[in-house]
Amino acid sequence: MNPVYRKRLLVHRVGIALSVFAMSIGLIFLLWILTTLLIKGVDGLSLFLFTADTPAPGSDGGGLRNAILGSLMMVGLSTAVSTPIGILAGIYLAEYGEGNWFAQVTRFVTDIMLSAPSIVIGLFVYALYVAKVNHFSGYAGSIALSLIAVPVVVRTTDNMLRLVPNSLLEAAFALGAPRWKVATMVRLRAVKAGVITGVLLALARIAGETAPLLFTALNNQFFSANMNAPMANLPVVIYQFAMSPYDNWRELAWAGALIVTFTVLLLNILSRTVFSQKTPN
Amino acid sequence: MSANPASAIDLMKPVPLDAEQAAMHSTMRNQRIQDFIFHKTTMLFAASVLFVLIGIIISLIMGAIPAFKEFGPGFITRVEWDPVNDQYGALIAIVGTLATSFIALLIAFPVSFGIALFLTEICPVWLRRPMGTAVELLAGVPSIIYGMWGLFVFAPLFADHVQPLLKSTLGNVPGIGHLFSGPMMGIGILTAGLILAIMIIPFIASVMRDVFEIVPAVLKESAYGLGCTKWEVVRKIVLPYTKTGVVGGVMLGLGRALGETMAVTFVIGNANKLSWSLFAAGNSISSTLANEFAEAESALHVSSLFALALILFAITFIVLSAAKLMLASMSRREGVK
Repeated sequence: MNPVYRKRLLVHRVGIALSVFAMSIGLIFLLWILTTLLIKGVDGLSLFLFTADTPAPGSDGGGLRNAILGSLMMVGLSTAVSTPIGILAGIYLAEYGEGNWFAQVTRFVTDIMLSAPSIVIGLFVYALYVAKVNHFSGYAGSIALSLIAVPVVVRTTDNMLRLVPNSLLEAAFALGAPRWKVATMVRLRAVKAGVITGVLLALARIAGETAPLLFTALNNQFFSANMNAPMANLPVVIYQFAMSPYDNWRELAWAGALIVTFTVLLLNILSRTVFSQKTPN
Repeated sequence: MSANPASAIDLMKPVPLDAEQAAMHSTMRNQRIQDFIFHKTTMLFAASVLFVLIGIIISLIMGAIPAFKEFGPGFITRVEWDPVNDQYGALIAIVGTLATSFIALLIAFPVSFGIALFLTEICPVWLRRPMGTAVELLAGVPSIIYGMWGLFVFAPLFADHVQPLLKSTLGNVPGIGHLFSGPMMGIGILTAGLILAIMIIPFIASVMRDVFEIVPAVLKESAYGLGCTKWEVVRKIVLPYTKTGVVGGVMLGLGRALGETMAVTFVIGNANKLSWSLFAAGNSISSTLANEFAEAESALHVSSLFALALILFAITFIVLSAAKLMLASMSRREGVK
């Protein structure tokens, strides 16, 4: 074969091989992390995880009941707050966003907020709320998580709404429907599945967030459903217990990590299947 | 709507003209009011995102003022960070943040490129979806899990097998040798950079995949028609066409890496000292915040932490804005040859 051809073929093969290698690096790390979680987390999995509270330093046993409850409450409240805000803001961007500088700026800022450091959000909520009321609380944690969730919902809603074909909207307008009716009853309804995807993605995003909770919800060793007081939550408990010298604490941390990760990954997969099954075209 | 529909209605229905018109007018007026309220309500919610950003900036600046008053703008280049004597400077944390993010990019860029290339050009179609999902799952793993895994699984292996290897090879290269010297603890700047690399790979890879997919098929087909190999098509057609988008994706990954907290806090070692060795423990802005903010006693300490947060926010804001602008100019070119 012509030496030039041979060289080009060689370069091509090396390039392709490197690309396959890069893909396998990604897969290996994913599998490595997941199997580590399974192996280390399974030991701590028991019914006590859901019936007992986090143990005091040095005492045996214990579970994660208070942390699981706290996480569910805070994530639940944030989702309940951020979903309507995000959807309405998304509707505005999609409906009135064309050639409108205010909407362009908002879209830009939303994109920045999507990747903004979450610890800074925590600090902001601390300065705005915790420092004013003078105590850490579940509400403060929920506010911080909502601030992280809103941009996710805004962006997906906006993107999904803009996929709706114009002819559908024009048909509704031609029947004399006012704009708000077209936007909510026709446009939003057409991409319901996509919007649910956004909410699920936001849920997945905030379920594992730790940094913004460190200075807002803090932690609580005891069972408490009072959102106006410091509140236990899985990520912060995992952080504190993983760094602790006690074996049973570390075991609980791994079990908690297993629960959090598989919940988050499940939400991710769920959001993808919802989207691919129910969206038109 | 301005055309008078009266005549048409007149022909169709024997209803008195005035009543019909009045009813229609009032319906239309109601609808206009409803639309007005709808417009302003949704606008208010959209504006809330802006308010939050402005609020963040103001509260960070307010919090940071005492520290900048005490140490002046030199705060940024001061090396001391000593809570015991109430002396603070940002340099250690800034260097830690930049060094870890730079290492992360250095590793993540080629790997992400490889993954994006695999997903768009090499992978058989039936395997594309599962592979794409796997990469996205890697992005979904919470950062605290990366931290735990990094500290308890990765760092010991890294200290036992990789660090001695680096020390005996790269450690002897003049010029960069001192970067790979010192005690091999497994944790430190280099480990933090590596863990960050794994975390940002899926972000960069998925942006690259998206921009690779918008390259017009005609361009690639013409190159193939001239006898180019797949690698040549990627190297000389796809990459030049998507240059801005690729850089945008990398910047997006950088923005993520700069602000990442939990994973870094676990593995960076949390030492407030500056060292030439990448094996040494250090601190990043986010890990300093995570470690010290809840326990900060003196007002100056709290304010210095706010100043760090302000610096971090400013850096990420600039990086993410640049990323966003680049990606926007990329998508404007979509479909243009």
